[in-house]
Amino acid sequence: MAFDYEKYIRPGKLPHIWCPGCGHGIVMKGLIRAIDTLKLEKDKTCIVSGIGCASRLPGYMDCCTLHTAHGRGVAFATGIKMARPEMTVFCVGGDGDGVAIGGNHFIHACRRNIDMTYILMNNHIYGMTGGQFSPATPTGAKASTTPYGNPDPPFDIAKLAIGAGATFVARGTAYHAVQIDKLIVEAVRHKGFSVVEILDDCPTTYGRRNKFKSVIEMMNHLKEIAVPVKAAEKMAPELLQGKILTGVLFKEEKPEYCEQYQKVIERAQGGIK
Amino acid sequence: MAKKVGFIQGNEAAAYGALYAGCRFFAGYPITPSTEVAEVMSVELPKVGGKFIQMEDEIGAMSAIIGASLAGAKSLTSTSGPGLSLKQELIGYACITEVPCVVVNVMRGGPSTGMPTGPSQSDIMCAKWGTHGDHAAITLVPASVQEVFEETVRAFNLAEKYRMPVLIMPDEIVGHMRERIEFPDPGDIEVIDRTPPGVPPGEYRPYDTSFGDVPPLASFGSGYRFHVTGLNKMQDGFPTTKAAVVQAEEERQLRKVEANRDDIMRWEEYLVDDADVVIVAFGSTSRSARYAVNEARKEGIKAGLFRLITFWPFPEERLLEISKSVKAFITPEMSLGQCNGVVRGCVEGNAPVHGIYHVDGEPVNPGEILGKIKEVK
Repeated sequence: MAFDYEKYIRPGKLPHIWCPGCGHGIVMKGLIRAIDTLKLEKDKTCIVSGIGCASRLPGYMDCCTLHTAHGRGVAFATGIKMARPEMTVFCVGGDGDGVAIGGNHFIHACRRNIDMTYILMNNHIYGMTGGQFSPATPTGAKASTTPYGNPDPPFDIAKLAIGAGATFVARGTAYHAVQIDKLIVEAVRHKGFSVVEILDDCPTTYGRRNKFKSVIEMMNHLKEIAVPVKAAEKMAPELLQGKILTGVLFKEEKPEYCEQYQKVIERAQGGIK
Repeated sequence: MAKKVGFIQGNEAAAYGALYAGCRFFAGYPITPSTEVAEVMSVELPKVGGKFIQMEDEIGAMSAIIGASLAGAKSLTSTSGPGLSLKQELIGYACITEVPCVVVNVMRGGPSTGMPTGPSQSDIMCAKWGTHGDHAAITLVPASVQEVFEETVRAFNLAEKYRMPVLIMPDEIVGHMRERIEFPDPGDIEVIDRTPPGVPPGEYRPYDTSFGDVPPLASFGSGYRFHVTGLNKMQDGFPTTKAAVVQAEEERQLRKVEANRDDIMRWEEYLVDDADVVIVAFGSTSRSARYAVNEARKEGIKAGLFRLITFWPFPEERLLEISKSVKAFITPEMSLGQCNGVVRGCVEGNAPVHGIYHVDGEPVNPGEILGKIKEVK
C-alpha cells in the first residue's frame, strides 16, 4: 500500500508555494516518513521555521507549527524546548535563513547541544527574494546580486555545525530521497542538537542563472557530487575533488542542554553549592 | 501578620514582581543598566522549577521568550536601549501573533551606545513606534521600587489579558535605586492568566473573534495543534492577503488596547484640582517634580503633579480636561521633549507646555522644576 502522506498534512493547505522542480517538497516527504517511522504524536511535535521558501514548510504540517522571523527559528525553538522538554522539536529552513541572518542562533544552539533536529535545506540561494547569493553559494556562481560571479567563499555548513559543537551532523541530497527520512530518524533519536543538511535545488533562481538546463540536470548534479561517507573512506583524495560527502558525518554523546538545566534546578532547590 | 520587607533595587523588584506574577521563563542578554533583573532570575527561577537562559544576543532572547510563551510559560526578558532597538522586530512579531510576554527596559542614555550608566527617559517613543507597522503598545513607567514590583505584576496581567507584549520601563535611577519594599503576600495582588480555549482541539482557531477581540490562546504541547505566523493571518492562524481580512485583523489588534484604555491607563494626580501649573512627569523625574510642587505650594503657588504610571496608552482625555483650567504645563524629562510632544498633542493649544530637558546623564532636580514653575505661573 502506498504511504499515506496526507495523514500528516493539514487538510486544505496544499498546493504548496514551491516552484515545480524545487526539492523542498522531497524534504517534507522525508520528514513525514521520519515522523511516521518514529511514531511521533502530532500533538507533541513542534515544527519551527524562520523566513524563506523552505520556512513555509511548517504551515503544511499537521503538528504544532510556528513560522517565525527571518533567521530566528532556532531561538524560538530553544524557548519552546526549554518550556516543554517533552516535545519533539524540529527547526527547518534554508541556507540564508540558517547561516546568514540566523547564524548566531545556529552556532549557539549547536554549542548548547539542546535536543532538537535542525533540517537545513541548502539550495545555495535566497529563492524567495528572487535569487540573491547566500553564504552557501559557491564561489563564482551567478546570482541576482553576483552578476559577475560570486566573489564570496561559501560555508561548509556541516563543518560549521561540528565546529560549533553539534553532536549529530548528517548530509543528504534531494536526489537521494529515500535516505532523507533515515537521516532524520537517526537525528531525532540522537539526544542533542542534530543538524541534517539536505543539498537542494532551486531551478527558478539558481539553476537558470548557472547553466543548468533543467531540473533533471540539477538533480543529476546532486547525484554526481554526492559520495557516501563510507565509500569516501576507500577513495583516493583526487577522486574526491569536487565531491560532497553524504550520510552521518559526525556523531558524539555529550550532555544535553535541557537535562543540564534540570540539574541546575535540582541544585537551586537544594541550595547553591 | 506583618509583610515581608526588603531593601532592594528597582531591577531586583522587577524580577521578584515577575516571579509573583507566575513568570517561569526568562531569556536575556547582559546589558547595563538592566543586568540585575537577569541575575536575580538566574538565581530564583530554578528554585521554583522555572527556566533561565542567557541567549547569544538580544534578538535571540526576545525570540526565546515568545517561543516559551507559546509553549505555555509566562515569559520575561530584560534589556536596555540598544537591546530594545535590537528586539524591535520580534516585539512586532509578538504583537501580530498576539503572544503574551513582558520586556523590562531600563532606560539609559542614547541613541546607540550613548551613556550606558546614565539615566534617561528617551525610549518612550521607541516603546510606541520602534517596531515597524501599525500596532498597539502598552508601556508602564514606575517611579519607586515598590511600584516596579507592582507594575511588573500588572505588566504580566495586561500581557496575558490582552495577548500582547507589554513593556515596563523604569529609568536607570529607578532601576538602580534601593528602597524599602513591602512584598505582597500571594493573593494580595490579582494574578491574571491567559484564557485557555473552551472548545475541543478540532474546533480551535487561535484568532477566533467569536470570543471577542482577545481570543483564547492554547499552548503548544497541550493537545491543541495550531499554526502561528508573522504574516497577516486569518482567524485560523494561516496566512492571507485577503484585503478585508487583513484590514479587520489589524484594526482588531489596535482595538484590544483602544477599547480598554480605562483598564490599562493608570496615573496619579497630586494637587491637580486647583492647580495653575501642572507638571506632567514619570519615573524618577516625577519624584523631583513632587518635591518642587510641595515647595511651590509653600510659597503659595498653585502647582500640581500629573504622574504617569502607564505611558502608553496615554491619558489624553484627562489631560485635555485639565488643560481647560490651567495656565501652563511643564514636562521635566530626561529626553529632548518626547513627553512634551505627546502632551502638546493632546491639550490642543489650551495651555502652553513648557519643557525641561536633560540628556546629560543628570536627573532633573527639584530646583530646576521650581524655577520653571515660578517662571510660567
